[in-house]
Order: sequence, then structure tokens, then C-alpha cells
Amino acid sequence: MSNCNVKIKINGEVIEKEIESRWLLSDFLRDKLGLTGTHVGCEHGVCGACTILLNGEPVRSCLMLAVQADGLEVETVESLAEEDGTFHPIQQAFANNHALQCGFCTPGFLMSVKNFMETHPELPTDDEIREAISGNLCRCTGYSNIIKAVKDAYVLKC
Amino acid sequence: MKPPKFSYLRPNNLQEALDMLAEYGDDAKIMSGGQSLIPLLNMRLSTPGYIIDIGRVEELKGIKEEEDAIVIGGITRHVDVEKSALVQEKCPLLTEGIRWVGHNQIRTRGTIGGSIAHADPSAELPCILTALRGEIVMVSSEEEITVSPEEFFLSYLLTSLEPNQLIKEIRFPKIKKGSGYAFEEVARRHGDFALVEVAVVIELDDDGTIADAKIALGGANSVPFIPEAAEEFLIGKLPDDSILKEAATLQLDDLDPEGDIHGSKEYRRYLSGVLLERALNRAIDRAREGVFA
Repeated sequence: MSNCNVKIKINGEVIEKEIESRWLLSDFLRDKLGLTGTHVGCEHGVCGACTILLNGEPVRSCLMLAVQADGLEVETVESLAEEDGTFHPIQQAFANNHALQCGFCTPGFLMSVKNFMETHPELPTDDEIREAISGNLCRCTGYSNIIKAVKDAYVLKC
Repeated sequence: MKPPKFSYLRPNNLQEALDMLAEYGDDAKIMSGGQSLIPLLNMRLSTPGYIIDIGRVEELKGIKEEEDAIVIGGITRHVDVEKSALVQEKCPLLTEGIRWVGHNQIRTRGTIGGSIAHADPSAELPCILTALRGEIVMVSSEEEITVSPEEFFLSYLLTSLEPNQLIKEIRFPKIKKGSGYAFEEVARRHGDFALVEVAVVIELDDDGTIADAKIALGGANSVPFIPEAAEEFLIGKLPDDSILKEAATLQLDDLDPEGDIHGSKEYRRYLSGVLLERALNRAIDRAREGVFA
């Protein structure tokens, strides 16, 4: 069975499709569904650019087969902004604090931070934020503005 | 980097998984979280004909307490062990060490059995299990076998797991009251594989002498290394700085780490002594708090 039928809830919409079992979730999202917000950097679990939420928890979509998400719920960066384009508070905080330059790593950061804020409702320390984003690499910002943005996101969401 | 073609099988229970292994074992790989196997597939270092995804075999999931050990099902995720109050209370060495496994995004998928079966000599769980003198329970359609880490880990990425077997559960002995523990690691960045790591459990007698010492070093050999002479040297001694330093450096010549661009053989050997001394000091401090509290 090198092909499988899957049913995955992606950004609130149930997708049913026959897929090749060897497809990575990251490639399925990008190449088959056109959800190119999920970026693919290293493709072996080091950079974190492809981080998505699986049943609300952050995972690397390049280290997961699409078929493994069968019956589960996936959220990508496309789920963050509202339909009229209004930014999610985390996106707004990243924009306000210049927490991105080239932006390649940003979708992964946003999804990691979303889960972090949901699981840590109180304003975290800088060290806690550094630990939370340690699985995401950014080569432009030097991270300082990302840490500022995460703190700002806590203010904006109130 | 894309995985090669394979047939994907997803058993619903342990019996189905074992039947599939019996049929396809030689050409099959077991997968659950995939955090070690998928990179190997992506880089085409592994090209199995069948992938048996045991990620939904509920019998292999969970953390339970037995008299002497915390028993963790093979597909229990790192994050579930990290957050377990039972593990924190009865086997805190595991809680301390597992935070060093990759990043949160890895630990939400990665499993305990996967880390053990992959047998990377720099990985945290093989080192911790070896220090604790834990056990690995392997099962096939014919039998269930329990082995020690020394019997299980054969070499770099090589274990005694047969093609028709999978890891059912891992037994992590509890840390006794009056014992201290410590896990120390140096990696180039947090979340990277260790250059060297050390796990230690020390038991003190009421008079403060060392009743038992269990040590394992990871990243220093092709399998987790137990410095037996250093353990024996420590037992019966009243620990002080010079004794711990002597114990920490006693067997450095027995270590045979791989040198690479990230650290030479000599550096890793030196680092092993530094980390072991630190771990012994911390473990003894913790044991003293327990014994004399």
C-alpha cells in the first residue's frame, strides 16, 4: 500500500485525499494543498521553519509523514490571520518589533510561539522564551527582537 | 530530500504489529514518532520496503509504577515522560535528562522506545537507562525477552533487536530514598546531540560513605560506557574533592570517543572527566540532602 486515503482537518477544513505514503506532511501541505506558508529549510529536523501544530502541539512537518496525520488536526501559519487580513496578535507583535528580516523562519516561530503562549498564560521570563524558541533557527535577527515580540504579544492579546 | 517509496502499514493493536513484523520483518522498519527514522529516510540512508507505524498501538503507550521500577511503554512520547509527576517523583534522573533530548518540537513526536532502538551513542536515553541499570523488554510473535542495556546496545546505531522484535516497554529502576542523581551534558547548542554526557546515581550510607555508585557516559564510546573501576573505587569511601577528582579521571584512557569537526577525541575524553566530576559532586550533594535531611 504505497498509497493511502487520509482525512485530516487542516486549518478547520476537513481534507480527504488519496496520497502517497512517502509524502512528508510539509510537502503535502505545500505542494498538494498550496499552503506554502509552511517553509521547508533543512528537511531533517534541525531548523524548525516547517513547525506546524498537530492537535495543538508544535511538531516538525518535515519529520512526519502526511499519512501519520490521518484523523488528526493540523494548524499552519495560514490559520493565524483573520479572513480580512487582520494580523493575529503574535504576527502583529513580530511586525511591530521588527522580529523578522527575510521572514523565511517566521512561520515556524509563529507556530511555536502560539503553542508556548497557550501553555504558558503568564508573562514568561526572557530565559523561558529563549528555551521555547530554541528549536527554531533565525539567521537574520539575532533573536533579541523575537524575544521582545513574544513579550509584546502577551500585551497585545490582553 | 524525500523518502524513498515504501508500503505503509498501520496496525491497530500489538498482535497485528507482531504479525506484520513476522511477515515483513527483514524488509520492514518500525516507526512511531519518526524523529530518527524520517531523517534517515529523507537522506535515503534507510530504504525499507515496509514501514510499520505502531504510533496508534495503545498497548505500547503509558507510564506505570511497579515495585522497583517505572515502566514506560515503547511509544510513550518524550514530552509525556518530561511532564509526568510520577517520573519526577520516582525517577527524577529521567526528568532531568530528558529535557536535553532535542527540542520541544521533537519531544512532542519522539518516543522513548524510538530513542533506545535508534541507539545513537550520543543520545540521552541510552545513557540514562545504562546508568540506572534498567531493562528493555522486547517482544516478537513468539516470545518476550528482557535484556540489560549492555546486552542491548552493541555498537553505533546497532542493537540486539531482531527483525521480528519490537520494544514493548522500558524499565527504569526507581531512585531510592537517600540516593542522589545528576545528568550533565555538553552540546554545541542546546538540543544538539551531546558531545559528551554523564548520568550518575549515588547512594550514601548513614555515615556519609558511598554505598553504591552507578555511572554511565554517553558520546564517549560506540555504546554507553560504564566505568566499573571508578564505581568500585568510590564504594566505601567518604567522598571529598580529591576522591571525586580521582574517580572522575580514573578511566579516561578506556574511553574511545570519535573525534570530528565539533570536538577532537582528546577534547571529548577531557570533557568526560570534567562532566563526571561535576555530576558526582551534584549527585552527592543531593544524596546528602536526602540522608541528613
